[in-house]
Amino acid sequence: MIAVEHSVPRTAGSGIAVALLVGVALALVPRAVAAEDTVTLSLTIKDHKFDPAELHAPANTPIDIKIKNAGDIVMEFESSDLHFEKIVPVGREGVVHVRPQQPGRYNFFDDFHHETQGYLIVP
Amino acid sequence: MLAALLIVFREVFEAGLIVGIVMAVTAGVPGRTLWVTGGVAAGVLGAGVVALFTGALSELFGGNGQEIFNASILAFAVVMLTWHNVWMARHGREMAAELHAAGEAVVEGSKSLAALGAVVAVAVLREGSEVVLFLYGVAAAQGGASFAMVIGGFVGLFLGALVCLATYLGLVSIPQRYLFGVTSALIALLAAGMAAQAIAFLEQANILTALDQTVWNTSWLISDSSFLGRGLHTLIGYVDQPTAMQLIVYAATLAVMIVLMKLFGSPPERPRIAAAE
Repeated sequence: MIAVEHSVPRTAGSGIAVALLVGVALALVPRAVAAEDTVTLSLTIKDHKFDPAELHAPANTPIDIKIKNAGDIVMEFESSDLHFEKIVPVGREGVVHVRPQQPGRYNFFDDFHHETQGYLIVP
Repeated sequence: MLAALLIVFREVFEAGLIVGIVMAVTAGVPGRTLWVTGGVAAGVLGAGVVALFTGALSELFGGNGQEIFNASILAFAVVMLTWHNVWMARHGREMAAELHAAGEAVVEGSKSLAALGAVVAVAVLREGSEVVLFLYGVAAAQGGASFAMVIGGFVGLFLGALVCLATYLGLVSIPQRYLFGVTSALIALLAAGMAAQAIAFLEQANILTALDQTVWNTSWLISDSSFLGRGLHTLIGYVDQPTAMQLIVYAATLAVMIVLMKLFGSPPERPRIAAAE
């Protein structure tokens, strides 16, 4: 009796869940296609230097920048030009999402140590 | 020592501006010292907890934990500031007219104090967690807290506290009849700036992608990283390269606050009485 009571709403529930999933998947299609173009760049910070200190990315393309803190002190990965600020503790990795950019030279830095500077170059 | 001094001063300065404004707004309200001190204490405690869990926080929500956390607490502060301003529009003049002895007004007043206490806590938590992370990071890198770092930290804290005091004294020296208008405007700009900052975090997390193009660039005039830029960022939400969505939300926050203050504000005869004096 209890099993039947359970199974009925479960079937109905899973039907709704499938419908929802399909709906969500359909809604996400344009975004998923857009995400495929995203360029992922990686850099490391160590001894107050970005490696590489210059990143290159194509114009008009969304960019993800992966930053790994291989130094011995916490850093705040920040850019006014590219609109991000993220604290990356020692030994951790962070990702910032950057919207598609026009050609230009964009600065980023460690907000805790301003001598640590880097650039994103979009030709 | 200088690095510790500068970072601590920078963060305490930013939180101090907000604490100074809140103290000026609540000047003369019974019980405000308790709420402001409580807000600072809660903020310091929260800063320690956030600093401790920053690594874990970063990994939540597909790596966007910091962004979502910051956007959430900023949104919370915006609601508290709006609520306070609307409440003050209704009761502020009565309180200024020393009617605050009435039992109901005091109870209501303490609710408004709670809202501002929460704003203080959020401000101290946000800036404080950076201080804790930075100082802990320096100490860990050096293999222990050095004397110079501790001195630098305390000097930074002291100078930052002076900014808080100067903000407070500057504001309370404004004649009483203008003070209400000035502080209401400051609170409104503070809220709009925080709302725009919350948008920046949502954009950074890719949660909000509509209208995220940069509208203008005034970094040649006042850079975000300069002290003036940081001060203006805290006070009025200045950013040197705002996105369209940030500007829209900034304006919308101000508009909503003004409309709510007009809707729920005190009846218009009071200004007339004031004008007749």
